Amino acid sequence: MSAPLHRQLGLSDEEFAAIPGLIGRPPTDPELVMFSLMWSEHCSYKHSRSLLRRFPTTGPHVLQGPGENAGAVDVGDGWAIALKVESHNHPSAVEPFEGAATGVGGIVRDILALGARPIALLDSLRFGTLDSPRSRHLFTRAVAGIGHYGNCIGVPTVGGEVVFDDRYEDSCLVNAMCVGLVPADGMLRAAAFGEGNLLVLIGNRTGRDGIGGASVLASAELSADDDSKRPSVQVSDPFTERKLIDCCLELAGGGLLLALQDLGAAGLTSAASEMAAKGGVGLEIDLDRVHLREEGMAAAEILVSESQERMLGLVDPANLDAVLAMCARWELDANVIGTVTGTGNFTARHHGEIVVDIPASALTDDAPSYAVPRDPAPAPVALDLDAVPVPGDLANAWLALLGRPNIASKRWIYQQYDHLVGANTVRRPGGDAAVIRIPGMSRALAVTTDCAERHCELDPRGGGRASVFEAARNIACTGGLPYAASDCLNFANPEKGSTGWRLAEAIEGMSEALEAISVPVVSGNVSLYNESPERAIYPTPVIGMVGLLEDAAASVGHAYGAEGDLVVLLGGGLPRLDASEWLGTASGSPARPDLGREAALVSAMVTAARRGVVTSAHDVSDGGIAVTLAESALAGGIGCTVTLPGGRRADEVLFGESGERIVVTCRPEALAALRESAGDVPVAVIGAVGGDTVEVSVDGMSVRLELERARDVYETTLTKAIA
Amino acid sequence: MIAVVRFPGSLDHDSAIRAVQAVGGQATYAWHADTELPAGTRAVVLPGGFSYGDHLRPGAIASRSPIMAPVRRHADAGGLVLGICNGFQVLCEAGLLPGVLRTNQSTSFVCRQVELEVVDRHTPFTRELGGSLSIPIKNHDGAWFGDPATTRIVLSYGAENPLGAVASAAGVANAAGNVLGLMPHPEEATDPLLGSTDGLGLFAALVRA
Amino acid sequence: MTRVVVTVMPRDGVLDPQGQAVQGALGRLGFAGIHDVRLGRRIELELEGPDPLGDARRMCEQLLANPLIEDFTVALEG
Repeated sequence: MSAPLHRQLGLSDEEFAAIPGLIGRPPTDPELVMFSLMWSEHCSYKHSRSLLRRFPTTGPHVLQGPGENAGAVDVGDGWAIALKVESHNHPSAVEPFEGAATGVGGIVRDILALGARPIALLDSLRFGTLDSPRSRHLFTRAVAGIGHYGNCIGVPTVGGEVVFDDRYEDSCLVNAMCVGLVPADGMLRAAAFGEGNLLVLIGNRTGRDGIGGASVLASAELSADDDSKRPSVQVSDPFTERKLIDCCLELAGGGLLLALQDLGAAGLTSAASEMAAKGGVGLEIDLDRVHLREEGMAAAEILVSESQERMLGLVDPANLDAVLAMCARWELDANVIGTVTGTGNFTARHHGEIVVDIPASALTDDAPSYAVPRDPAPAPVALDLDAVPVPGDLANAWLALLGRPNIASKRWIYQQYDHLVGANTVRRPGGDAAVIRIPGMSRALAVTTDCAERHCELDPRGGGRASVFEAARNIACTGGLPYAASDCLNFANPEKGSTGWRLAEAIEGMSEALEAISVPVVSGNVSLYNESPERAIYPTPVIGMVGLLEDAAASVGHAYGAEGDLVVLLGGGLPRLDASEWLGTASGSPARPDLGREAALVSAMVTAARRGVVTSAHDVSDGGIAVTLAESALAGGIGCTVTLPGGRRADEVLFGESGERIVVTCRPEALAALRESAGDVPVAVIGAVGGDTVEVSVDGMSVRLELERARDVYETTLTKAIA
Repeated sequence: MIAVVRFPGSLDHDSAIRAVQAVGGQATYAWHADTELPAGTRAVVLPGGFSYGDHLRPGAIASRSPIMAPVRRHADAGGLVLGICNGFQVLCEAGLLPGVLRTNQSTSFVCRQVELEVVDRHTPFTRELGGSLSIPIKNHDGAWFGDPATTRIVLSYGAENPLGAVASAAGVANAAGNVLGLMPHPEEATDPLLGSTDGLGLFAALVRA
Repeated sequence: MTRVVVTVMPRDGVLDPQGQAVQGALGRLGFAGIHDVRLGRRIELELEGPDPLGDARRMCEQLLANPLIEDFTVALEG
């Protein structure tokens, strides 16, 4: 005896029981399927919605906050920047190439829905360690999928990060971020309006792709029978996506669209119900007008198909011919599938019969919202340093650290991505943040994604802060003023244990930090249930951040410049091994970042860069200052000699982490100006650039790294690990 | 006027137009379905990208587009045609250049800066160029395969040969030298902000034509 | 030694972007009446052992075809 349909679809008995009260009768089967998808975690954020309200979302430059396909901020001269991060974790775990590729496609269409031209992509990735064949497969195929899609649509993939940790062995994370450019007064929304206006479906034909994917894939924990879920994953078609981008931008630029919406999770159901609910209108859709790839599709299948590369435009009937002609010019299928009505209902006909007729808001605004249990996790236990052996040979330990996949060069990845297309990439991948000039302007954008997942595991409030400040420092190091953020909250099952508390705490910590640097969150995404029966992921609240540079030509890189430049430590953070990459585990009790001091450091860095007093900048993060110094030396092809403040164990000094530190270089004559730029932020001259080694002295002991040996280890690790 | 041909899936057409403008020239688009080049066309650029998604073979579908008939007439009359990356693949598929572009030795997409040697300075494109150029490559199928004995190899990767091309060829011309295809992207090396201006010379040659 | 020919094709109902692009191109070249184009690949295997077809089938299941999006057939040749 099988379970009732609503339970098979993932609706609880209580949720099922609530539906008749909203629509005045029991739902038809297609309606029930629509409810199950729209009320899934993936579409409704039912376990996180109440917590997300904590984020700061306003600011004088915010043109579009959360609630649209993407957020947007004003960058001056009549232009706006759209941004969003989104996860495609579960599809990527099932089929990494297509899952990652369609993840890129989806986030690009979110940006396109605002009428924005996508100008940059980033990817934030988490996999198990590379000694696992499964993780190697997922990692290499996901990278291939991201490259295939991004390269083919001509949007440069300029940044991101990847972390390998056993905790992601069963649940990999593939988050993609897209940044777009749109005239501030030409931004489109996804709200339907105006009785009689037409819905035009543009792009790929609708097939049985991803039917049920939204709820089956995103809301249930993955287990051993994953192979049976395979047919749900979509095949990517970047060529059609590229034509969609060109076509939709020409339509938007010509004023031919009243609204635009992408078809993502839950397909037409989600796209159309959100458009109707946002506009407070009804929509009547004729499913026989939807161009299909397969014959004999049922109404429910057409309504929830997640076939990719489709957009839904709202068109004034007077402009219909022009719209269809443009679509034909781009060799894209386009059909009028519905009209705006005054009823407020989502109505669908199939073979002449009404199969769906429900208030659109019942699917969206009336979705359930749950308070998650918030059982605090045990407080972190202070690190017992005595139990951590001091490495016998610090130079070898340093070299070994540079050879860890989490630290080593990610060139193997970004060399497979076209990070240049568009001829706007001023700072390429490999540094703190990538810098993209804004076409036609002297301004530029700095973009990054970051997350301090080990810190989040131990203290999610502190880790939330650390994630934001890491992103802000990366932006600031290039000279960018942190300007806007998007988030992707990857967590385990919120209905169990301390996950709900962790989620709330991480949001609190991120919000505190964002408020400290006056950066609004304008869009975001939540991915829950990232756990298997064996293990749950670290809390991984990825922050995607965009910074603004007034002058693209004044951006700062992380490579050492000239011999004789002073090496200067900015900020007062103290090195600690808690939660460090050197330990490689989430253990200890990392210091909670100080809001005021971190914000002051970011501000000092931006000021110094804008005044042109620094020749390079690189923040201290994974691997500690030893890795920071080595990376800048490798990038510049020239070494340095420094003396670090001691008084603690040498491995702590070298490899200890904690935010609130940036290493910059400057000409000796610029030191006074650097001190002045820094204000109250500590400035310590620790050495000078020169030579072909990185030599560090601590308490009279000296450790040396030969650049050529370091380069060999740093550059070949990833290639060897996946061979 | 320089005509930049735009196919569905072209990606670098805007960058090519900006590059022409950067050297003082004027450029406009030619649409793949057109049967004539824009009036006053002095030279033609086939830009980079993934025309028709690179399906079947890179460049194969685009090379059979209506616009290729006037491009061929322009080339036969001695006019300059520059094919960049996908444009190079289109020219080979169209038979306007010898050889074919095969999948890279690494079997993966490669995006990075390379140093090029100008090995044939007697074409209209290369007459005024320096001896070496720093220009990025970014492609998946960029290993030129053909007969070096009968082909005018104009640009070379030198000893490094990052894609595995026969004779380390980065760019080849037809016998007359008026049709040039190259895998590297000169439009990505047109501004100190982008790290190099070595790509400007090729566009200047088009504008001089 | 037995020669086994493996044919891997996009599964029915699964989007075939390559076939779609080629179909469009053939139409533009003037070929009429093309109802559908599907692109796949052919793999030739020289195999030893008592069950070459079974071996080829297992190779398809584990590597040569992606069961998510592709179907395969195996046949003896010669």
